[in-house]
Amino acid sequence: MPGEATSTVTASRWASRRPVLRRGHGRDPLGLRQALLGPLLPAVALAMTLLAALALGGAAGAQALALRWQQGAAAAVTVQLPDMEAPRLARTLAALRELPDLVDARPMDQDRLAALLRPWLGEVPALPLPPILELRFDPLPDNPEGLALRIISVVPGATVETQGVWVARLVALAQRVRGTALAAVALVGLLAVGVVMVGIRAGLAARQDVIVILHDLGATDGDIANRFAGRVALLCGLGGLTGLLLAVPVLLAFGGLAAPLMGRMPVVRLAELPWQTLPWLLLAGLPLLMAGLGWATAELTVRSWLKRLP
Amino acid sequence: MARRAGGLYVGLMVRFTSVGLRYAPPAGSSDPGVGQDVLADLSFELPAGSFHWLLGPSGAGKSSLLRLMQLALRPSRGEVEVLGTVTSRARRQDMPALRRRIGVVFQDFRLLPHLSAFDNIALPLRIAGRAELALRADVTEMLRWVGLETKAESLPPELSGGEQQRIAIGRAVAMRPALLLADEPTGNLDAVQSRRVLSLLQEMHRMGTTVVVATHSESLVNAYPGPALRLARGRLER
Ligand SMILES: Nc1ncnc2c1ncn2[C@@H]1O[C@H](COP(=O)(O)OP(=O)(O)OP(=O)(O)O)[C@@H](O)[C@H]1O
Ligand SMILES: [Mg+2]
Repeated sequence: MPGEATSTVTASRWASRRPVLRRGHGRDPLGLRQALLGPLLPAVALAMTLLAALALGGAAGAQALALRWQQGAAAAVTVQLPDMEAPRLARTLAALRELPDLVDARPMDQDRLAALLRPWLGEVPALPLPPILELRFDPLPDNPEGLALRIISVVPGATVETQGVWVARLVALAQRVRGTALAAVALVGLLAVGVVMVGIRAGLAARQDVIVILHDLGATDGDIANRFAGRVALLCGLGGLTGLLLAVPVLLAFGGLAAPLMGRMPVVRLAELPWQTLPWLLLAGLPLLMAGLGWATAELTVRSWLKRLP
Repeated sequence: MARRAGGLYVGLMVRFTSVGLRYAPPAGSSDPGVGQDVLADLSFELPAGSFHWLLGPSGAGKSSLLRLMQLALRPSRGEVEVLGTVTSRARRQDMPALRRRIGVVFQDFRLLPHLSAFDNIALPLRIAGRAELALRADVTEMLRWVGLETKAESLPPELSGGEQQRIAIGRAVAMRPALLLADEPTGNLDAVQSRRVLSLLQEMHRMGTTVVVATHSESLVNAYPGPALRLARGRLER
């Protein structure tokens, strides 16, 4: 064979002729860049991320609503009493404490009452606030209207507000929605792993001959698995990113619809969309999670497949 | 050849001790006759630096024997020792490093159809993790050695059978293997091409590589006499 010097000269002349695209191709001996896994993986990652983002956004929204309502509805039932002197107030309280399932009955703190009314009445320190009793029940009364009538019979002239019962029920519902949404995210993750596995097995079957050749030429299981895993992670990550980009406007729109429920004005401008209320960190983690899930699934699937070779 | 990745190997290159091979019956087949012994009771040694023919009629088991030497198959019985390693005692993760010191010219070439001639020859070097810059000089040298420097960018389907054969030889030799196995390397070549391929293999032998060439062509052996392993129905003839 000829000496080094000439071969190097030829190599560099030859290298400059070499199209750049072709060179990248040589580092993809498995041909994974071609239709190997097709659009299946990115599409799956896209759909899964979209679902997971919606579920996470929904969970965060439900939690925010629940918190918000819990603050507003510290009491299940509020009773606005007619003006009365201290002795009669004490008697009334004692009578109300006889109600079934009642766990707490107390006059509402005047500062808290002022804080609750501020959005509607503004800062009006001079205004005399009516005495209000807060009643808490456990379990919640089945028939709030009947309860209201019964309270009025005990305290004639009182105004009874039972919407807190409904709020408390909604809070319970929101919490259940949140739990369900998180379970949905977990299910979505499992499904993603399953579909990615199927895609990788199809890819392995399509590239079986090439894999066997690489194996016979001395490629390690890690070499082959890493090639697959890198490719799958890239596809899943890109699909996940697209899914996230699609999910964000949907979540913002939902948040905008929910704004009045959160005690804010209805949304009319883009800047008023609930940008801050979205769980950004969690959402941004989704494409990374998809990529990681794809990577780990590919490593496991390919390495276990390769065990059949000596 | 200036560099020698595998290093010169002294001592015994290959030792078979009572080796038998039986292919697993295809999945679903319960016919007990299918799992016939393809190779039986093979015992021989190949010293490092030797050249051997592997002869026998079609179906005698030549390719199977080469696959055992190449560590692409494990024997059903007996011990295969290659490059000082007894394969039955070797850990699975130690096998790739051994395989990289064995060059193989497959009977059906087994080039990757979507890679250019250059990339096919570069494949073992890339698998071994060679730097792209250093590898380019080696592959170009290889292409010139097999006389195909003008076809570097061609895909295998665009090459003639003889040209594909020479690319396959280039790939087998690119890592400067200690052991070179060629399976029917002149199978579909004319006399001129056959001589050319044989002289490439003999050049490798002269440079210290242990070479085994399987063929059923007696005329080739007559033209290049040398020691031979003769297989008949899976057994060695002496
Ligand atoms: N993968 C396999 N599975 C099952 N049987 C096989 C397999 N490969 C080869 N055989 C059988 O093993 C026997 C020997 O085959 P082998 O390819 O080793 O012969 P050979 O000497 O190389 O033949 P040829 O000269 O035609 O290439 C044949 O009977 C063949 O049918
Ligand atoms: Mg054969």
